[in-house]
Order: sequence, then structure tokens, then C-alpha cells
Amino acid sequence: MDFFLEVSLVGLAIGGVYALVAVGYVLVYRTTHVINFAHGNMMMFGAYFYFTFAELLGLHWTISIVLTVIAAAGLGAGIERVALRPLLGRPAISIVMVTVGIASILHGAAQLIWTAGDFFLPPIFPDLPIVIDEMYIPANTGYGFLVALGAIGGFLLLFRFTRSGVAMRATASDQIAATTMGINVPAMFSLTWVYASITAALAGVVVGSITTLNPSMGLIGLSVLAVVILGGMDSVIGAVAAGLIVGWIEALTGFYIGGAFKDVVPFVVLLAILIVRPHGLFGTPEIERL
Amino acid sequence: MATVLEVNNIEVVYQHTVQVLRGLSLSVPEGAVVALLGANGAGKTTTLKAVSGLLPFENGAVASGNITFFGDDIARSAPHDLVRRGLFHVMEGRRVFEDLSVEENLLAATYASSNRQTAKAYDEVYGYFPRLAERRRQKAGYLSGGEQQMLAIGRALVAEPKVMLLDEPSLGLAPLLVQEIFDVITRINRDRGVAILLVEQNATLALEVASYGYIVENGRVVIDGPVETLKADRDVREFYLGLGSHGSARSFRDVKHYRRRKRWLS
Ligand SMILES: Nc1ncnc2c1ncn2[C@@H]1O[C@H](COP(=O)(O)OP(=O)(O)OP(=O)(O)O)[C@@H](O)[C@H]1O
Ligand SMILES: [Mg+2]
Repeated sequence: MDFFLEVSLVGLAIGGVYALVAVGYVLVYRTTHVINFAHGNMMMFGAYFYFTFAELLGLHWTISIVLTVIAAAGLGAGIERVALRPLLGRPAISIVMVTVGIASILHGAAQLIWTAGDFFLPPIFPDLPIVIDEMYIPANTGYGFLVALGAIGGFLLLFRFTRSGVAMRATASDQIAATTMGINVPAMFSLTWVYASITAALAGVVVGSITTLNPSMGLIGLSVLAVVILGGMDSVIGAVAAGLIVGWIEALTGFYIGGAFKDVVPFVVLLAILIVRPHGLFGTPEIERL
Repeated sequence: MATVLEVNNIEVVYQHTVQVLRGLSLSVPEGAVVALLGANGAGKTTTLKAVSGLLPFENGAVASGNITFFGDDIARSAPHDLVRRGLFHVMEGRRVFEDLSVEENLLAATYASSNRQTAKAYDEVYGYFPRLAERRRQKAGYLSGGEQQMLAIGRALVAEPKVMLLDEPSLGLAPLLVQEIFDVITRINRDRGVAILLVEQNATLALEVASYGYIVENGRVVIDGPVETLKADRDVREFYLGLGSHGSARSFRDVKHYRRRKRWLS
């Protein structure tokens, strides 16, 4: 039997999770023009929130998810208010450096609060693998993909059809003009961080379910940043496409060439694409290069 | 008549060093159209930005003097709050949200108003500008310059302001379109009693719709008065209305050029 389809499906499923992480970067970048280096660790924190509620406090998984989303929203709003709001109007590069600082603070805090050990998240998804036409997709990967897809779809709908979604897009397009419409731009920044933190937390729970949980989990965020650059920094569609592509290539490389190449080949492809399309697959040309 | 807007002797400085306004004062009475005229770089846009609180975005600040809106000092208000209280600034260059549709642009402007009957507000805009109605689902970035200006004014209509600051609404538009836009501006002022502070390169046009005018040079008001007085003023006729001693109209660009040359020579 040809394994190509099966491997592809698993790869695309993982790619969907990358896409969810990538969308969080794009949200923040589009509205505030900041590359958030703390995103991976916000994801890691989200996973620990869920771990705390579901494992340490023993709450039902539905309640734990709701509480995780609320805690993540608080984390996003808090980071924006304390660390980024005072820098409003400063050059993007200094704000980016602050996000690097936040990343290490979160990493250290996680070690202090939850220790450096590995944990398993209590299972959320059904235990049986998903079977499509005799092809097996591991349960956590498959259901994780569905969660990612649902979350991305939900945010896309929110941006497209709600009043605050329109205000956020207006802010992303022209902050000063948005202000002259009566839109509270700092509040929109705050909302952006809240949304980004929620996507990060959901991704964290999914990734934590597929692998294990430890304070270094946030490192995935850095490889996904490459995905975001491939998609074109400011494009949600680009982030989704690039996430799927990287997940797919990674799986194919791992299966046909060998696990050692799994982390290399996607980046070679990425470099090749960026040489042809310097602004990514769907990015806008005027993006500031850092 | 009550005063909507009062600018008292303001000095504006950019980047803590570049002084642009040097003691400028003006006032806008309720329901009036007031024109603010002057050559390029005189400080007209800066004046409007000072009023609407946009200077901090460009690292500028009002260094002295004050501005009141219905008697309240605006210095303590966030710019979006001023908008919500009825002070709406239609910026130079239209500044439509290019990747939002026409109707989404109007929706964004509902943040300025407490009125939640958006459908009715949109219909009014489409009543003034039928061309926008045909393009309501189209991205604003694909509109022509004239249509974008209509949209910019349409957003102001949705906002239902008490005073509108208009920065060069005729810029880059064909004469017919300019006429159409100015007709609407006049109607908005007449039908809704919205006070307007109008910055214009086209002084002839501005003095047709305004009742009072200020002429700014180098960050100061050099001449002001009711439009009848201004129209009769020899300097204004020569330098701003382009009416030479022969009484023939010239384009404003020539006037500016002439003016610069004259300064240079004198
Ligand atoms: N952000 C800024 N930083 C420094 N200087 C500025 C800034 N904005 C404007 N200026 C300067 O202030 C002066 C007045 O500019 P302003 O835009 O107010 O002129 P204006 O009267 O609107 O001119 P125009 O008719 O060309 O629009 C100009 O000399 C300009 O160079
Ligand atoms: Mg100007």
C-alpha cells in the first residue's frame, strides 16, 4: 500500500497546528507591527494553565478549557498593558527586544511554578485513532487539527463579520485614521494580544497533548516563526497555507528521507521560496525588514 | 452665537525642536463654515492636527496656548474621545481603509457616534453619494480618488459630528467632482448644522462656501475677517484668489510661484 497519502494526511494535520501558532504571530504583527518573540512561551503557558486546571485541580476538561482561555486572555492583556503599552510609538525594534525579554521571563516563571520536569496533559481527545479509508491518523494529531481549524475559522469569522473585527482591521490598516474614526487604538492593541494569547493557549494544549509538557515547549514557536515568514508576516491565509506546507514537507521528509532531515528540508524549501518571493507567499511588499 | 471651537495663541513644536505654529488663534462659531487658507507649509494641517489631538502620533506637541471644544480644554482628552464627543477630522489624503470594503469603512466610523441605527446612517451617505451605494461591497482601495473623498466625507456623516475639520477635500479632483463634493459639504452644514473648519488650496472655492476666513503664513494668522472683507482685500485678491491687477484669474500654483518669486526678489 502506498503510504504517501497517509503520511501526507498526518503531516497536514500537524501543519494545521503550526498554522494556529502562526496565526497568533500574524494577529500581533498585523495590528502592532511587532514580531512577538514571546509567542512560543505564551503557548507553553497556555498548556500549563490547562495542566493546572485539569490535572492539578482535577476539573472537567470543558471547564478547564474555558478557564485556560480566560487565563490566557488575562496573560495577553497583562503583557500588553504592563510591558508594551508604555512603549507605544517607539521604534518596532525596541518593542521586539522587549518581547524577547518577556519570553525569558515566562520561561523562568514556568520553571519556578511548575518545575522543569516533563508532564503529560490529561487526555482530552478520544483514544481511538481516526481512520479514513484505511489510513490511520493518531487521535491527538487528528483531533488537534480539528481544534486548530475550528479556532482559526472562528477568528477569521470574527474579523470578517463583527464590528470589533472591522475596527481591528481598520487599526491594522491605518492607526491614525482609525483613531479619527473614534476607535480606541490602544484598546484594539490590547484586544489583539488577548486574541493572540488565546490562539497560543489553544495551540499549547494541542501540542502538549501530542507531545509532552515542559518549560522548553515554547521553542516550537521559533520554528513556527519561520513558517510565518514564509506565509508573509501579515497574512492569515498565508500563515495557514505555510503551516500546512511545512507540516506536510516535514512529514514526507521524515518518512522518505529520514528523521534527521525532517527539521532541515522544510527550511531549505522555505529559503528557496523566499528567494523567489521575498515577501512570502501572501505578504504585502511594504513590510519593514528587521 | 456660541463658539464650538476656540484656538488660543498656540505654538506647536515637532520633535521638540521644529516650531511650526507661532501663536495661532482662531475660532469656529456654531453652525458656521470657517476657511483656513495659506501656502504650502504654512501650518494649516498642523493646526487641524493640534485641534484633533493627532500631534503625538508625529512626535509633535502644543507647547503653549490652549484649544477648547465647547469650552472644555482638549489637552486632557484622548483623540478618540474627542471624536466621540463630536469633533471629526477628515484628514488630508482621504485615508480610507484600503483593504476594507466601502461599507466596512462606514462601519468603522460608527465608533465615533452613539447612534446605533447604522443602516439608516449608511442610506443617508448613499443618498448624498449614489456612486458609493453601487460600490458598497468593493474594497475602498480600488475606488477612484474622487470616490475615496466621497467615502471620507461619508464616514464623517456616519459619525454625526458637531464640528468637522476638512483638510483639502478638493485635492487632486477634477473640477466637476470638486463641485459635487462642495455641494455636499454645503448641504451637510446647512441641513445638519455641522460647523466646519475648512482647509483649502482652492481659495476661491473656500471663500464661496465659508462665512469667515483666516489666512496663515509661517504659523501665524496674517489676515482674517468675514469673507466679504477678505474678497475685497487687495493682497488676498492678488495672492490667494489669483486676481491680478487685470482682474484675470490665474491658477493657484502660479500664484504660489509668483509669491515665492516676489519674496525672493524683495
Ligand atoms: N511631523 C513633522 N515633523 C516635522 N516637521 C513637520 C511635520 N509635519 C509638518 N512639518 C512641517 O511643518 C510645516 C507646516 O506643515 P503643514 O503640514 O501644517 O503645512 P500645510 O499648511 O498643511 O501645507 P500644505 O498646504 O502643503 O498641506 C512644514 O514646514 C512642514 O515641513
Ligand atoms: Mg496640509
